[in-house]
Amino acid sequence: MNIPKDLKYAASHEWARIEGDTATIGITDFAQGELGDIVFVELPAVGAKVTQNKPLGTVEAVKAVSDLNAPMSGEVTEVNGALEGTPDVVNKDAYGAGWMVKIRISNAAEAANLMDAAGYDKMEKHGH
Amino acid sequence: MEKKTPFYQHHVKAGGKMVPFAGFLMPVQYQGIIEEHRHVRSAAGLFDVSHMGEIEVRGPEALKFVSYCTVNDPAALAVNQVQYSAMCYQDGGIVDDLLVYRYPEHYFLVVNASNLAKDFAWLQEQSKGFDVTLANTSDQVAQLALQGPKAEPLLQKICDLKLSDMKFYWFGTGKVDGVEMLVSRTGYTGEDGFELYFDIKYADQIWEALFQAGKEFDLRPIGLGARDSLRLEMKYCLYGNDIDQTTSPLEAGLGWITKLKKAGEFNGRDVLLKQKAEGVKRKLIGFELEGNAFPRQHYKMFKDGAQVGEVASGVFSPSVSKGIGTGYIKAEFSAAGTPFQVEIRGKMVPAQVAETPFWKNSSIKK
Repeated sequence: MNIPKDLKYAASHEWARIEGDTATIGITDFAQGELGDIVFVELPAVGAKVTQNKPLGTVEAVKAVSDLNAPMSGEVTEVNGALEGTPDVVNKDAYGAGWMVKIRISNAAEAANLMDAAGYDKMEKHGH
Repeated sequence: MEKKTPFYQHHVKAGGKMVPFAGFLMPVQYQGIIEEHRHVRSAAGLFDVSHMGEIEVRGPEALKFVSYCTVNDPAALAVNQVQYSAMCYQDGGIVDDLLVYRYPEHYFLVVNASNLAKDFAWLQEQSKGFDVTLANTSDQVAQLALQGPKAEPLLQKICDLKLSDMKFYWFGTGKVDGVEMLVSRTGYTGEDGFELYFDIKYADQIWEALFQAGKEFDLRPIGLGARDSLRLEMKYCLYGNDIDQTTSPLEAGLGWITKLKKAGEFNGRDVLLKQKAEGVKRKLIGFELEGNAFPRQHYKMFKDGAQVGEVASGVFSPSVSKGIGTGYIKAEFSAAGTPFQVEIRGKMVPAQVAETPFWKNSSIKK
């Protein structure tokens, strides 16, 4: 299972790359595999406020839909516009080109609520 | 603990993502639903459908019994002909939908895996007073569905029946790679193709023979995900979504298999006759959504602010590249072209009753 060590993970299968006061957010390789072919990603507008563990968007696959939860609270500074035309990049490169939004972190302490790669790997193996 | 079909190891080897389905571990996809879906529409795909249930009905009153338990008319079947039908409760609700195969002296019923135990118990109950014997042969039968426009030339390479003479919804008993089996020109995809029923002991041999013969046609294994999107593009019913014990065949658009005037009594006839005379209050329709919105089971359908129905099945359609679905809607709004709305996470999304099937370039030769 592909779980990069430099990211933080939420129990609902989102990842966050924290760099200074910015977090880049996406869904994990496990999540994209479970969903199957992704056909649309609904994302918030730049400037929208998001709250940790609350939905900020939705990921539509052929057969199923899933909420995209915010792994941390903050304000959306950028959305990945490329996903509009090619949502399948999430299937191909969940941690790279398949990123979804960037936020300006409003409460850095929330990072403590996220798992590291080892913790996420363990959760996934023992009962999702 | 889920059962495994005799093809389990082949699915794993081919990269199938195995999920629990109707008590079996089944491949939901191999390469991806969209790619697999398009491959069946353009070339050929092989589905393991060994989870399906098979029931033999034998005895002097086999015809009378099958007719009593199903809404279509099995008396109309010639030997080697297949019929799509449904079994109904006395209140007109659907026990299951099924295929009825006519042999010279007996009938072979193919039912949904998820309903097999219920169906068999129900059929046994119904059989009291009929001179018939029922046998559930599901555990001895392997079933593969070979589907796609290349299915006939592919199968003909290793089959001793003259397939070009076999029409849609007919079957024969012949040899495939030297193994005797039931070869049926049927399927659940909207493409030409065959369903093969044979003894599970030949599972490995037949799987390998089909892929060997299928090399030049780029035959690929196809999962349950694409099976669902393919059937939905044809508006073929799925039990549990489109039909169940609360829906009647007339509501489900299955009036064409409901032979109210056939000879002899059958389950549900009185209710169905009344529904037919009075008209049904709701109908199963196909619809399309506008934009990047996708319907899912149980989403609500609205018209002028009032709820008028509920989504039964929904999917991203790989053929028309938009969200399509089925749903039960009040009969007055069921005409093709009627606009309505589907509520998706609090938003009202424009929808329209569609002409079905959604897929209009089927390779089926009727």
